[in-house]
Amino acid sequence: MKYIDEYRDPELARKLLDEIRRTATRHWTIMEICGGQTHSIMRNGFDQLLPDTIELVHGPGCPVCVTPLESIERALLVAARKEVIFTSFGDMLRVPGSAKDLFMVRSEGGDVRILFSPLDALQIARDNPSKEVVFFAVGFETTAPANAMAVWQAAREGIKNFSVLVSQVMVPPAMRAILSSPANRVQGFLAAGHVCAVMGYEEYEPVAREFHVPIVPTGFEPVDLLAGILKTVELLEEGRAEVVNRYGRVVSREGNLVAQKIISEVFEVTDRQWRGIGLIPGSGLSLREAYSHYDAEKKFDVSHICASESPLCMSGSVLQGVLKPDGCPAFARECTPEHPLGATMVSSEGACAAYYNYHRNFAL
Amino acid sequence: MCLAIPGKLVELSNENGLKMGIVDVNGSKTRACLEYVPEIQLGQYTIVHAGFALKIIDEEDAAESLKLWQELIESGAFQPDEPDREPPTFESL
Ligand code: SF4
Repeated sequence: MKYIDEYRDPELARKLLDEIRRTATRHWTIMEICGGQTHSIMRNGFDQLLPDTIELVHGPGCPVCVTPLESIERALLVAARKEVIFTSFGDMLRVPGSAKDLFMVRSEGGDVRILFSPLDALQIARDNPSKEVVFFAVGFETTAPANAMAVWQAAREGIKNFSVLVSQVMVPPAMRAILSSPANRVQGFLAAGHVCAVMGYEEYEPVAREFHVPIVPTGFEPVDLLAGILKTVELLEEGRAEVVNRYGRVVSREGNLVAQKIISEVFEVTDRQWRGIGLIPGSGLSLREAYSHYDAEKKFDVSHICASESPLCMSGSVLQGVLKPDGCPAFARECTPEHPLGATMVSSEGACAAYYNYHRNFAL
Repeated sequence: MCLAIPGKLVELSNENGLKMGIVDVNGSKTRACLEYVPEIQLGQYTIVHAGFALKIIDEEDAAESLKLWQELIESGAFQPDEPDREPPTFESL
């Protein structure tokens, strides 16, 4: 398969592993931001194959994992309404709220549908003028272009029975929050390739300078990840706090300018709660005033909803790279993918689920 | 949520005034909005997220980095430091 097979070449991967081993003269802690990368690292066994000097910790880049419980509770309330067709990316349906998940709402008669694109929700709205169609607009900078376009297109066509429940988050403020924490152990970052495809990597340059960390955008395939880790280790060894792109076929410094334009036309920066982590200032997007009639929170009056987490779940520490999933007392005991206590166990991109599915060493 | 695999644009269309297309991702065809890659041509590869093509794969860059890596392999620059060590296995690759 073009653009895939060559990045899965075992010989090249072995050479890169050897080169990482030779380059690292001391212990380094590196965080991959993106849940897709966490998944790929665990699937390929890199946590075991990398030399002991390199420790990978797993970042908060799984949209399902960080969508706050308040947003889940709002979704559950809106989805249960008779006049509503509630639409969402599939991975959100199993995320536990405090009492139920969206699948349970559906089994109780709610019209909850899984979509691949928010534009499909617009089509449902066109086809069902007597219904209110709501799309659960969650995710990072990778879903923001899609969600922004759906709202922009709804406005252009004057579609009135469509709205979005927005819980949109952004990576750089989360990196700052992690680096500012007294418990921080992260010395270098692998930046999320597709987030950078949209936003570019210019905004990471001040983060690298201020916190003196190298940041390397990279992809998801074994060779991409290892080349990214190798570059990060080289920069760490040389004491260079720079941003160096290792995903040139997909990422440019300026990113996708057309997408950025629509995002800032529709959304503005806001403070956001991150599940397990808490409030991160300026870390989210919400609809601009001009588009506020597409805001499902306002339309269905659910802004005031509060919620509290399972006291057992330590996913906040996991998401900040402070605790490894198997360090959580509930891991693989009270908490499994079949009965998840926290969102990091629900999504296949979540660090807890990745450990559960791939980790060979956890003691039960 | 992240579909990391690039797909090839095999069909172009227009829906409700938006530039759309069919992208073949390893044999499975998905509909994608092309508004964010307006210059895309049939046969080009792109990454698709949440139903939107976000970037045309830069062929030149891909070819260049592969060439560099090939040179690294051929240079024999990487000899394992500990020849006795068990070689890593890649059954999952
Ligand atoms: S193992 Fe379960 S309970 Fe523990 S941090 Fe992960 S999701 Fe939370």
